[in-house]
Amino acid sequence: MSTKPQTVVEKLETGIPGFDSISNGGLPKGRTTLVAGTAGSAKTVFAIQFLAKGITDADEGGVFVTFEETPEDIRRNMLSFGWDIQSWENDGKWAFVDVSPHPDDMAAVIGEFDLGALLARIENAVGKVNAKRVSMDSLGAIFGKFQDQAIVRNELLRIAMALKKMEVTAVMTAERIVEYGEIGRHGIEEFVADNVIVFRNVLEHEKRRRTMEILKFRGTDHQKGEFPFSIMPRQGIMAQPLSAARLDQKSSKVRITSGSLELDKMCGGGFFRDSIVLISGATGAGKTLMATEFVAGTPAEDRCLLFAYEESHDQLIRNAEGWGFDFIKMEDEGRLKIVCEYPEVVGLEEHLIRTKEAIEEFKPNRIAIDSLSALERGSTAKSFREFVLGLTSYIKRQEIVGLFTSVTPSLMGGPSITEAHISTITDSIILLRYVELFGEISRGIAVLKMRGSAHDKEIRQFSIDATGMHIGKPFRNITGILTGNPVYVTPGETDRVGEMFTEEQ
Amino acid sequence: MPKYTLKLYVTGRTTRSETAIENLKSIFEEEFHDQYELTVIDVLERPQLAEDERILATPTLIKELPGPVRRIIGDLSDRDKVLIGLDLRPKGE
Repeated sequence: MSTKPQTVVEKLETGIPGFDSISNGGLPKGRTTLVAGTAGSAKTVFAIQFLAKGITDADEGGVFVTFEETPEDIRRNMLSFGWDIQSWENDGKWAFVDVSPHPDDMAAVIGEFDLGALLARIENAVGKVNAKRVSMDSLGAIFGKFQDQAIVRNELLRIAMALKKMEVTAVMTAERIVEYGEIGRHGIEEFVADNVIVFRNVLEHEKRRRTMEILKFRGTDHQKGEFPFSIMPRQGIMAQPLSAARLDQKSSKVRITSGSLELDKMCGGGFFRDSIVLISGATGAGKTLMATEFVAGTPAEDRCLLFAYEESHDQLIRNAEGWGFDFIKMEDEGRLKIVCEYPEVVGLEEHLIRTKEAIEEFKPNRIAIDSLSALERGSTAKSFREFVLGLTSYIKRQEIVGLFTSVTPSLMGGPSITEAHISTITDSIILLRYVELFGEISRGIAVLKMRGSAHDKEIRQFSIDATGMHIGKPFRNITGILTGNPVYVTPGETDRVGEMFTEEQ
Repeated sequence: MPKYTLKLYVTGRTTRSETAIENLKSIFEEEFHDQYELTVIDVLERPQLAEDERILATPTLIKELPGPVRRIIGDLSDRDKVLIGLDLRPKGE
């Protein structure tokens, strides 16, 4: 028994990844939704995926009314998504209503007409495959066929009403000229205005960024704003709702090793098993080494996934070897997988999906990303934040510990842009800094933040040699390391300040 | 053997359907008396035929013979345009 009042508009789960979350449950059931977008905004893929998912996930028949592409083209094009429309047609699950342009269709218009034949064909097809879902793609083409736009508008309204009567859930697509502005040409939104979704394909920093936005669902709720999505081979549209990234992760008190006993000690006993650790430092400060130790510290029964965006597979292995770690052996044992990619190859939206897929496939216990800053290059602040948020919430839910490195722009410290976006998302932040004293460069390490745990507040010296990194004694009598401006303070002064506090205790 | 084979697709027996049938009959009775064969097809009864013939609007008139095949959409209210549209010349020209 449903406790909801009867007036609530029911939703039909589309099965399109992410979309059902953005739409709070799917498309309004038994209604027509307008999907508007510019050329190449993936309207057709959405319209087809809606039907395909109905067949594969819910065993619901589907009718595709095509005004533009021929059924032959659609059958062929959709194979790359793994949708075998021909076999669905043979099984009586899918029917085309083919209204695509054809030379034989050339007709003069003399006097009044209606689109009764189109409606009869749609009704016929719906009956034939017992369809619960209907897609019409795209309305602009039918307006191009007739001069009298008022008749076409009226007839489409009649079709939308007939679809409602048939109790099918329908998607109509329509072209837009601009990404931001009026919804569609031909005043289409006026007659199927109950539900409108806008697809966008915006050029940002020389990369295409696809988003979907539900403008309105009459009588029911949905998530507001633009949500990024990607089109993936073998899968189709995959949206990434941030709502899926709710802060409901379980928090683990289980500690795991960072790969360095000394660092574990600084962190109060190691990293938490489901935490995100950010390593921040200038170039050459030891971030990659720390990531390497983290990888090498994977316990024998665990697996580690390393995403490397700055060095090649062979380089990484050689570096690790130089510090005495055998990555090849780990790979052979199936305990390590290294993914090397140029982050510029794909947009961050797609990158997030690929990363999740790699995690799902390998099922690691720990993940290292070297470096996040490389991912940030050439992306906008918004998509970068969405990427980090999406990734961190995903890996935390899997109870995976993540170690990300981030490069600070100046050698002696100072904030990095990466950190400004993500420092609040991470559970722990470890700083690596160069410290210049008396004409010598030494390295410093500090645990800046360790959520849910006590940690070492001191800035310690650390050194790198052929066996890796070694954390040593705290810097004494120096202030200003974090700001990149170390100043030597005479011992007398430090003792005096120290005594002031001991007296109070 | 009729000289002209015509098919008229309509949606139900509406006023518009009747108008189209009347207009068509009056043109052909006068111009090509006894030389034509007209089949009226109701798409509500024969939707699959409409699908196979790619009919979108109603009324749609198809002149199948003699070739070339010609299509006209509408209630055929303009006699001259219908004849031109079907590639036919009125009698006496």
